Amino acid sequence: MSVSDIKTGFSYKKLIVPAVLGLILVLLATLPVYTPSYTVVLMITILMYIILTVSWALFSGPTGYVSLAPSAFFGVGMYTAAILGKELHLAGMVIAGGLFSFVLALIIGAITLRLRGIYFAMFTFGLVVLIQQILLWWEITFTHTRGRFVIPVDNTTIYYIMLAIFVTLTLTVIFIRRSKYGLALQSIGQDEEAAAHSGVNVTLVKVFTFAISALFMGAVGAIVATRWTYIDPYIAFNPTFSFFPVLMSIFGGMGQLYGPYLGAAIFAYLEELLITNFEYYYMLIFGIIMVITIVFLPSGIVGLIQRWRMMKWWKGGLAKDDANT
Amino acid sequence: MLVTILDILVAGLLLGGIYALIAMGLSLQYGVARVFNVAHGEFIMIGAMVTWTFYTIVGINPLLSAVISGPVIFVIGFFLYHTLFRYLRTKSITHAAFESNSMLAAFGLLFIIQNIALIIPRWGSEIRGYTYLASPVNIGGAIFAANRLVTLLVAVVIGLAFYLFLMRTRMGKAIRAAAQDAITARLMGININLVLALCFGLGALMAGLAGVLISMCYPVHATMGLEYTIIAIIVIVLGGLGNIPGSFLGGFILGLVGSVVTYFEPGLALVAYYLIFMLLLILRPAGIIGK
Repeated sequence: MSVSDIKTGFSYKKLIVPAVLGLILVLLATLPVYTPSYTVVLMITILMYIILTVSWALFSGPTGYVSLAPSAFFGVGMYTAAILGKELHLAGMVIAGGLFSFVLALIIGAITLRLRGIYFAMFTFGLVVLIQQILLWWEITFTHTRGRFVIPVDNTTIYYIMLAIFVTLTLTVIFIRRSKYGLALQSIGQDEEAAAHSGVNVTLVKVFTFAISALFMGAVGAIVATRWTYIDPYIAFNPTFSFFPVLMSIFGGMGQLYGPYLGAAIFAYLEELLITNFEYYYMLIFGIIMVITIVFLPSGIVGLIQRWRMMKWWKGGLAKDDANT
Repeated sequence: MLVTILDILVAGLLLGGIYALIAMGLSLQYGVARVFNVAHGEFIMIGAMVTWTFYTIVGINPLLSAVISGPVIFVIGFFLYHTLFRYLRTKSITHAAFESNSMLAAFGLLFIIQNIALIIPRWGSEIRGYTYLASPVNIGGAIFAANRLVTLLVAVVIGLAFYLFLMRTRMGKAIRAAAQDAITARLMGININLVLALCFGLGALMAGLAGVLISMCYPVHATMGLEYTIIAIIVIVLGGLGNIPGSFLGGFILGLVGSVVTYFEPGLALVAYYLIFMLLLILRPAGIIGK
């Protein structure tokens, strides 16, 4: 709840957020109709980063487990598209990509139950490079190729599938945040043992949420592969895609629901501006912002916004006091 | 047959020397300074690229250039800890918070250092290399390039020198105390900020020296850091997180594993590393040499 809500408590304010969200959704849904195709392509990239980041924050935000596995699930989705692309309908392929990632995450979640902190981060990172190397060896030894081609799909279709994943993810995030389930998740992050003693089924909640977040990463991987059209183990299981969601979430701030959205959107746009001509400068800026965020803005942009609103509220309050006296 | 086994063993030891050195550096940074430094490999890269530059442009002997670049890298590491990580340490509420914050800050450093290296005109993204001391040496039938033997020798000398420093000097004692319990060590009158910064700097120094050695035997490029970081992480898990002599031995063990697997199926060497790593994390997180 924000500060202004506490102060005024007007009921119409509660309608503003859903109304704005609805308007944004309508605008996004009709986007290909009134904008040039470049905007659609840009939005595909932005949505990709948002989905990866938000689904990362879905699990790692409340629990505090730093998962470096995103690119494993992202890559599984991509290979699903490459292998099953001919057999399945597009939507079926995306769902299959999600489901394979979901199953993989269930297994990984069950194996890593005892791992905490740095150990969990290391294991999940190891997973990415392990799959990458096994796959590379397999492709070179048995299929005698290195990469695979994915059947391309037109951008508008990709955009709408991305949007569908995005909306589903957002609804899931809101649902989890507002339900008892989300509370259980947060209690795990604060003290796992205490959560278990209060009757939370820690194992189930942890593993299931991890798998849900992987589901979305796998689905987005499957659809992104149709845009990239060529993949190989180094492209699909690129560790950078494990780091991005972490850094973008922290930059955005995980204290509020919209933080990861904000962080991912800003970076995706920045990447679009800089990557073609100044790739190294983009990554350099990325690193610098990263360090600055961790040192000076531990709660990200969201924290900054909240601090600013708090200050405004304080000043407003003081001004009113002056008027009264 | 016997020669083949010898071949594999010697190759493993030669590889292990470098692994031991980079792992020992990371072990110092994580085991004592508590920074899970994922940018460790970037210091290796700096060492390697600087040596390559000095050798190909000015013609300075690689081992001599280590005398110049080593201290510079040490100072960079020392000040990085003294500013960035020390600040994070005082600001983080819990131990776990510091670990994850410092790891994420190190990720930022990784991107910063790597991309600065990519922007530097002569370095760029191409793969570089030079030949130095490539004359063959015969060890009981197994033939190796002289530079790889130099690598092993230097790694072992540094390892032993550091071990003596750790065990025989006052500062070494302070480091061991800080590794066990930083807060109590501070209460005993140890200047903990100095000790931790020193450990971080020494870790960076070892990475830099390993980079010098790597550049003598293997191709170098601006993005080589991460793969060595991963190897260092595997080795320190193998030797037990924070166990410095353990990581030195672990380096040789992993080197041997690498050369055995490479002999049978070269494509699976990295797979074997990662498998060992993940199995260890689940089954024996304290490492095989650990308590």
